Amino acid sequence: MSKIRDIHTGNTSQELIIEGASCASCVGKIETALKNIEGVENAEMNFALSTVLVTGQVEADRLIKTIEAAGYQAKSTNQSSDEQLLIARETVDQEYYSRLIKQVWIALGLGVPLMIYSLVGGPMTVDTTLERGIWLVIGLLCAAIMYFAGKHFYIGAWHSFVNHSANMDTLIALGTGTAWLYSMLVVFFPMLFPEMARHVYFEATAMIIGLINLGLALEAKARGRTSDAIKRLIGLQAKTARVVRDKQEVDIPIKQVQLNDIVRVRPGEKIPVDGVVTQGQSSIDESMLTGEPMPVAKTVADKVAAGTLNKSGSILFKATRVGKDTALAQIIKMVKRAQNSKPPIGRLADVISAYFVPAIMITAVVSALVWLNFGPDPALAFAVVSATTVLIIACPCALGLATPMSVMVGVGKAAEAGVLIRNGEALQTASKITVMILDKTGTITQGAPQVTDLLIADKAYTEHYILTVAASLESNSEHPLGAAIVESAVERGLELARVSDFQAIAGQGVTAKLNQHQLLFGNQKLMLENSIDLNDYLDKAQQLASEAKTPMYLAIDNKLAAIISVSDPLKVDSVSAIKRLQANGIRVVMLTGDNRATANAVAKQVGIKEVYAEVLPEEKSRKVAELQAQGEIVGMTGDGINDAPALALANVGFAIGTGTDVAIESADITLMRGSLHGLADAIAISKATLRNIKQNLFGAFVYNIAGVPFAAGLLYPFFGILLNPVIAGAAMALSSLTVVSNANRLRLFKPQEH
Amino acid sequence: MWVINVVGLLFIGLIIWWFWLYKPAAAVDLKNENISIVVNNGIYQPSRIKVVADQKTTLKFIRKDGSLCAATVIFPAIELSAELPLDKEKSIALPALSVGEYAFHCPMKMYSGTLIVE
Repeated sequence: MSKIRDIHTGNTSQELIIEGASCASCVGKIETALKNIEGVENAEMNFALSTVLVTGQVEADRLIKTIEAAGYQAKSTNQSSDEQLLIARETVDQEYYSRLIKQVWIALGLGVPLMIYSLVGGPMTVDTTLERGIWLVIGLLCAAIMYFAGKHFYIGAWHSFVNHSANMDTLIALGTGTAWLYSMLVVFFPMLFPEMARHVYFEATAMIIGLINLGLALEAKARGRTSDAIKRLIGLQAKTARVVRDKQEVDIPIKQVQLNDIVRVRPGEKIPVDGVVTQGQSSIDESMLTGEPMPVAKTVADKVAAGTLNKSGSILFKATRVGKDTALAQIIKMVKRAQNSKPPIGRLADVISAYFVPAIMITAVVSALVWLNFGPDPALAFAVVSATTVLIIACPCALGLATPMSVMVGVGKAAEAGVLIRNGEALQTASKITVMILDKTGTITQGAPQVTDLLIADKAYTEHYILTVAASLESNSEHPLGAAIVESAVERGLELARVSDFQAIAGQGVTAKLNQHQLLFGNQKLMLENSIDLNDYLDKAQQLASEAKTPMYLAIDNKLAAIISVSDPLKVDSVSAIKRLQANGIRVVMLTGDNRATANAVAKQVGIKEVYAEVLPEEKSRKVAELQAQGEIVGMTGDGINDAPALALANVGFAIGTGTDVAIESADITLMRGSLHGLADAIAISKATLRNIKQNLFGAFVYNIAGVPFAAGLLYPFFGILLNPVIAGAAMALSSLTVVSNANRLRLFKPQEH
Repeated sequence: MWVINVVGLLFIGLIIWWFWLYKPAAAVDLKNENISIVVNNGIYQPSRIKVVADQKTTLKFIRKDGSLCAATVIFPAIELSAELPLDKEKSIALPALSVGEYAFHCPMKMYSGTLIVE
């Protein structure tokens, strides 16, 4: 239970910017002043940033006044909003893209003409003094290109090198550097080289820098799309809110909305912050958060969530969570965190990439030595070409990108369907689930029991009287079935009476007195123990139980008066969703604390064959462990509160139907809408994501494993082919682009229609 | 020819020693120095940071590199990730950690660093 976040206690945190706190000793003064306010749980000041973080249920105004009284200035902030961060990030990415494109033009401006010249048979050799002069000019131009268009590779490579690490920059810098240096040596000292080896490779240097920059730029564009889902979520946030201040409605920026503010939302407007309706009624479209297509009716005392859309009526509501505490902000935070986590399948690529670059450098040296020792003339030129090509073709980026790109898209895709995945590990395990345990109440059923039948056994009483008596009794109990009876009486406008000598008998029911009448209300056991004659009503009760209803007997003065049955209706799409799970080869098991007859009846209705009834809450996790011991990968679906231990123990815990409450820490995957289809969607998305990751990893491995030997010249002895370094540069740029594009393909994935 | 081969082999030895066998330099101790980790040109500077065990810590990052990878830092062991704005200091609050070494890196691992908790 400790994992349930403190949102249930209603605590929120807010950040204030402090001005005028110029000494470290101010920190203690401000913190103490704030902590003395009733309702403040904690106040922590960050002196360096001049901010103070206050936890507790207190309005910002009061905090600000307290700080002012202590002699400082303060203003409320919710730091930079997600939207501001997103805009800042997009601006930076756009600048990065533009810079790369400029560099592509610079590099290809020299590289392409040189490339064409060499392709049409122009001599790339240094034989005459004139040629030396021309190549010297081109070599210097090439150096300028290396500086203006490729500086980032060389600086990055150098910094990595002095830190004993190596990355993509190292390979590019070494590859292009080798080609350029060799060519310049040929230009300056041609006599040092055999005649056939007096070849220059300036075109390779310029082309490679151009192509790799082009690859990076295209990748930046494609990567931007992988975060579409998070952008969409951030875009849901309203910019302003209409708040009632001094009996007037004023539009204020969303950041200035404070706790307990009364907010007006008109039809067609977005709900700006989380709150509770205080006036009016409306239907609200929550599909953007929960994936639930039907609008939800809201009236006084109902909760509303930021980012959802008010469809029909005008409502007033009280802000209960603002800024970073709203459900929407929490969802954004959770999705962002999950998008950056890595499933175990990606770890192999991580281990390999740690050794990859130095291993490629060694391969390049070995390749050069083999050419020098055994290669045909001009061996030196062949050695330089093969070493350069090996360095350039190897692509650590494709390996590094394979997993994170797919996770990014997959987790975002799931969020669009109202499925919040906690991390990469949950994503991977969900794709392998073999057994799915479903809790009955609230998972398969609606979790809101209703009175379905009222059978009068003693004609002396009317339906109204029976319901009044039963509700008066149950209003003292905390049993969920009792709540259904009380609700039914209230709905019919019945007035409850006060009972005396109330007593709850665990596992049986309740007893009490009303106007000198002795009342007994509960199950069959309670009746039998009090020797109440049930006559032929026993059969009727059994009939009710077989229809998934729970019969409860009411005896007045030791005589059976009536049977009231309560049932928890199935969710409309439970049957089709369970069929979908079973069709995917998943063994579906039902687990419930309810009696066996009701459990069996519900299971029969939804097509579940394996049922464990009368399971106490603490026994649920034992059941999970039992199935795991059988070698099953167990998914457990429950409400996330009563089932927390079982959810935590299962290989993947799913918390269901929490609507816009996302604070369930014990669950690996939270389904925001109540439908079990969310479960099937979650599994389908994780399977699709895992398949995508495997394709990416396969592509990246095969590319590197096949590309490097070709680059080293493996084909030369058989076919006389040696790969051109320019082609290697293009292939490298393409390989990471392919990985990103394949991940983007996941955006088109649609879970099965239902 | 043998000279070239020996040079080549020496070169390979150098690569192995420099990138794999070399023991990293001493870590910067956050207890003694109040530093910001600069994210630029493919490295975190400093990249080895010592913090005290079982105590909450705040790491400060400042990104000066526009590349995509640099924009996010990930602490995989504690499932923490944060966006690093360009040219702006970003504080990342770490939970109390038990003794051990914790890697942090950018999504593609082009940047990598180690948190030493003792």
